[in-house]
This record gives sequence, structure tokens and C-alpha cells, in this order.
Amino acid sequence: MTCTAGGAGELSRDAAISILERMLVMRRFEEKVFELHDTQQVVGIIHVYIGQEGTGAAVLEAAGAEDLILSTHRNHGHVVGRGADLGATFAELMGKATGLLGGRGGSFHACDPTRGMLQTSAIVGGCPSLAVGAAYGLKQRGGGGVAIGFFGDSALEEGIAYEALNIAALWKLPAILVCENNSIGVGELKGDSYPRSILASERLSRIPEMLGIHTVEIANGANAAEVFAATCNARRRCLAGDGPVFIESPIVRWPGSQFVFPKSMGATDLEVAFGGSAAGREDREWTEEHDPLIRWAAEIAAAGHATKEQIRELDANVCSRIDAGAQFAMDSPFPNPVTATQRIFA
Amino acid sequence: MSSAGKLAAPTNSTRRVTYVTAMYEAIRDTMRENANVTAIGNWIFGLHANHLMDALRDEFPGRVMEPPVAEAALVALAVGAGMAGAPTFVDLATGSFSFPAYSSIYNEAAVVHHLSNGQLSAPVTLHLMHGMRTGGGEQHSFSPQALLWNCPGLEIVIPSTPHDAKGLMRTALKSPNPTIFVDHTSLSAVEGEVPEEDYAIPFGVAEIKRPGRDLTLVATSRQVAIALAAADTLSREGVEVEVVDPRTLEPFDEATILGSVQRTGHLAVLDECTLRCGVASEIAATVAEKGFHHLRKPPLRLTRAQSPVPYSRTLEQVLLPDEQRIVEALRSLVDA
Repeated sequence: MTCTAGGAGELSRDAAISILERMLVMRRFEEKVFELHDTQQVVGIIHVYIGQEGTGAAVLEAAGAEDLILSTHRNHGHVVGRGADLGATFAELMGKATGLLGGRGGSFHACDPTRGMLQTSAIVGGCPSLAVGAAYGLKQRGGGGVAIGFFGDSALEEGIAYEALNIAALWKLPAILVCENNSIGVGELKGDSYPRSILASERLSRIPEMLGIHTVEIANGANAAEVFAATCNARRRCLAGDGPVFIESPIVRWPGSQFVFPKSMGATDLEVAFGGSAAGREDREWTEEHDPLIRWAAEIAAAGHATKEQIRELDANVCSRIDAGAQFAMDSPFPNPVTATQRIFA
Repeated sequence: MSSAGKLAAPTNSTRRVTYVTAMYEAIRDTMRENANVTAIGNWIFGLHANHLMDALRDEFPGRVMEPPVAEAALVALAVGAGMAGAPTFVDLATGSFSFPAYSSIYNEAAVVHHLSNGQLSAPVTLHLMHGMRTGGGEQHSFSPQALLWNCPGLEIVIPSTPHDAKGLMRTALKSPNPTIFVDHTSLSAVEGEVPEEDYAIPFGVAEIKRPGRDLTLVATSRQVAIALAAADTLSREGVEVEVVDPRTLEPFDEATILGSVQRTGHLAVLDECTLRCGVASEIAATVAEKGFHHLRKPPLRLTRAQSPVPYSRTLEQVLLPDEQRIVEALRSLVDA
């Protein structure tokens, strides 16, 4: 795998297209989740991944099949980006028996251990500590692989994150800690807005840095090429036994996520990537300036990796897989109530 | 007497060793058997058994980890490692040091198997020392096992003898589930007969430590020895107390205890947790619910008072019933 920074043009065509496909799956999945939530087929609190695809898709593209991925309450993108079956993922969010976890986890806990999407913790600070543990397990077993933990900036407000970073540094564990800082551009808590992180340190990477952890500050988390290169380098360090890497990826928060309950802003129109206008969209400025999917589609076209028509065709293909997955989940049965208290112990 | 309630027959290789030596042998044997098992902790065998720590470190370089003081992350680390296929033992030392780790215990360790619909498990053993230790004071005298028993998904082991400690530790370290291994601080130096060879004691099997026809006294951990002493005293008065040690709280051997109560018609529970929602309360409630028709009198709970533990020994001692108070309480229970 060639890992370089600087834009889609510096990636192989296959890698660039694969990242685009992951991003499309992530985006179209969440758009469908809004529909299912509006119709009460997905219930409870949901957190969507829209706007963070540039980071997640690039990291997952760089990850190896033997790596273990861990996430948080904002996990949908990581789960489908890792390749989880779309029908089983929708079914999980709908609490169906055919879900990834038989409906036991829902939106908060979706994961797919069969694909190395090992675990999600919806407790803030849980993911970095579990990821460091997975890295410890991999290291002790000696079979290679790295643990990759995705978490938000607020995780660093928790004491357990500091403890986990300290241990990862002390024991040189093969952990890539990806802090998706999605507080960029978020104002003060007001009305029904969603909180940003509240940290005394303005540079989050200073926290792991003071423990001697190798840190990488991504300039723009929407730049998949930059994130891809950083993750490839991080994996090389981890696999060489050089210890953990902390990647801070700043992400301008999608306006739809600035509410306690995320608010749909309509389906993404890829035409914006090819000179079309986002006029009329509530998230127009963000779409034009910061949407990682729009940005990547434009870069791929500009680099000559794919034509606009090919990108549209890929998108249509993804959309039909999403529709089929959602339909599978809708057609699936709920779990048998008698199973609720089963499988407490192995 | 239940068939489960018989001590393993002493073998030629049985010697008298301390409780912590028995624990050490179980950890050592498991680490010899499974190269993926590691142990995290600085004083796993207490503050006065450094030779055992040295022996473990010497035999297993790179597999006995010296951790920072970071209980929350260490428990989560063990869960992550366990899910990744590396069973991990973590020493949390004093029981109250587990409190900063409760999110990792409740939110992470306990739910792994159920949440994953059986796809994952968390083979984690957490060791902690409970109880009043003379001068432990308000923060070093807790018995968190009742709190832990309230959380579905945790196995809880609470041995009373070196023999049981070795066999139960072996089972704990081989278990695919998160297991809390709870010792009383004062048990560390207690000696007992322990087979030299490898053996495992299954979870969920109570042991009748002393048979008796008149009263069932369920006791745990250090209180088992005190229960046996009280039973000897009452025996001289013609009252025969059956002392039952559950040995594990989760899984819990209801059948042996209910069978004992069926024979004796009386139940007392002696345990060092506090009264409210304590171990004694749960056992008494279980017997009241399922064995009410066997009981000739209401069950009796003998527990630590519902109070924090002060430092001064005269204040500390009064919080737990001593042997004399236990004898008096049991005597009044069986008096017509």
C-alpha cells in the first residue's frame, strides 16, 4: 500500500476510490438512519457520523484486516466503513434479531467483532481505555496487528483517558488513538445545541505529548489524503514496536449535529462536487466549504481517478445497497423475548 | 451432607502453606499453561510476600506488569486485552481501590458477552482485598462484594481457606468471564493444607465446612473461621451448627444452602458487608423466598453495622459481631 500525503492524486486509484466508497456508504447510511428514526423504526438517542467521513474512511482504508477497531456512541460510520453488513447494521439499530449483535447494542453499541470492529463503548472515555487494552492483548499475543480507537475530543476530559495514555506510553503498546475533534466551529452551549469539549488545553495533542506519545496534528480532518498518510505512518511505528500514536483530526462539525438530537439537512447532492450549487440548503456553507465527501469526490475527479459519471454510478450503487439493507432490516423479526437474559456468561 | 460439601482427600503431596502461596501457585500454574495470560500488579500477594512476586516476575519476564496507579484504565485495559484473546489478571489491592474503576467494571467488563450476543467474552480476573483489617479506617475497610453482586455479568469468588483459594483461583483464571476474586485482608498469612499438584474447584459449589443438625450458619471469607469457632462453642452446649461456605457468590449455590436449611430449620448468615442490600441480606432473602416453609424462625443477619469504619480499634471492633455475640445470637435463634 502506498501512503503519501497531499491529495487524492497522490494515492493509488484503488485506494482513492475505496476511500470514496467508504465515505459514500457512511453518508448514505446516516441519511437512511434519519428516515428510520423519523418513522420510529430506530428508537432512542442516535449520534450520526456525517461530516467525519474524511477521517474515518481514510483511517479504515489504512487499517489492516488483522487490526482491531474500537469506537464510541458515534460509531455508525466506523462500523459500516469497516465493511459490516449493511442489513445487519440497520437491523442492529432497529433492535432486530438479525442485527450485528442480535439487537442488544443498538445505535450506542453497534460493532462487528467478526470483522475486527471489536467493540464500542458509549461511555465517554471508555473507548481509549479499551483500545489501549486491545493493543496490550495484541502485543502480549505477539501476532501483530494494531488497535485503533476512534473517540471524540470530550474523551480527553475524562480521567480514564489520561490513565490509558500513560499506560500506552509506558508499555509501548501498538495503539493508534484517533481523536476526532468535532468541536471545531462550535459555539457556546445554547438552547438545544450539542456540547463541545471543555478543555483547558487548546491543543489536545499536548496532553499525550507530555507523556512522550508520538502525536500527529492533522491540519484538516476533511482531507482524507492527509489522514490516510498519517495513519499509514502510525501503523508502521506501532508495528515496529515504537509505541502508541495519537492522531488529532480536527473536524468542522456538521450543522445537523449541533443539536441534542441530530437534525437531517436533506440528502447530499454530489453535484456540488462538480460545480453545482448548494443554495437552498440549511447547511450550505458547510457543504461548500467543509463537507469531506464533496471535497473527496471533487479531488478524485480532478486527479483523473474517476469521471463524474463513474462517481455518480458508484453512489447509485451504494444507495441501492443501503436501500436493500434497510429493507432487510425492516423485514427482519424482533428477537424472541425469552432470549433477553441469555448469554450473560460465556 | 451434600456430595459437593466434601473436602478433597489429602494426598501425599499436601502441605501446609499460606493462603497467598496457594494463590501464587494457581497463578503460576495458569501462566505456565497459557502463554497469553499476564498478571498486572505490584503486590499481588500483599505487602509481606515479596518473594512470591519476585518468583512470578523471574519465571515470566514481560508477563508480570508493573502498573501505574490507574485502576479505571487497568480494568478497561484487561477487558480490551481479554476481548483481543489475552486473559488478564489485575490486582486492585484494597477493595475500595476498585471504586474509581466502577465504570470499567459495570459498563465494560460485565456487559461484553451479553452485549455481543455471545460473540465476545472478557476473560478478566480482578483481585481485591476486602474487610476490616485493624486500623484500616474509613477508606481501607470496605467489602465491595455486595456492590459487585448487584451487577449482572460478574463472577464473584470469595474463598475462606488456602485450599479453596488455590482451586478457585485456577478456575477464575481459566474462566472466559470477568471474575472478581475477593480475599479478606487478614487471610493472606493463614496456613492450611494445600495439595501441591494442580486442581480446580468449580464455581457455584458451596461447601459444608462443618455438618450440624440444629442451625444453618452461612458464612463467607474470614467469617467462616469465626463461624466454625462459634459452632465449636455451641457444640459443647449440645447445639450443632452446620457451617456452609458458598465459596462463590456468582454463581450461587442455592441448592446446598436450601438443603441445609431444610434439615436444620434455622438460618443465620454471617458476613462482613454492611446490612443494607448486603450479602447476608441477599442470602436471607433467597432462603425466605424459596425455603420459607423450612424455617421455624425468621432468618438472622449478622453483618457489619451500617456505618463507616472508624480507625480506633475499640471503635472498629464494635462494628462486627465477635464470637461471643455470634454465639449468643445463634443460641437465641435455636432456643425454643
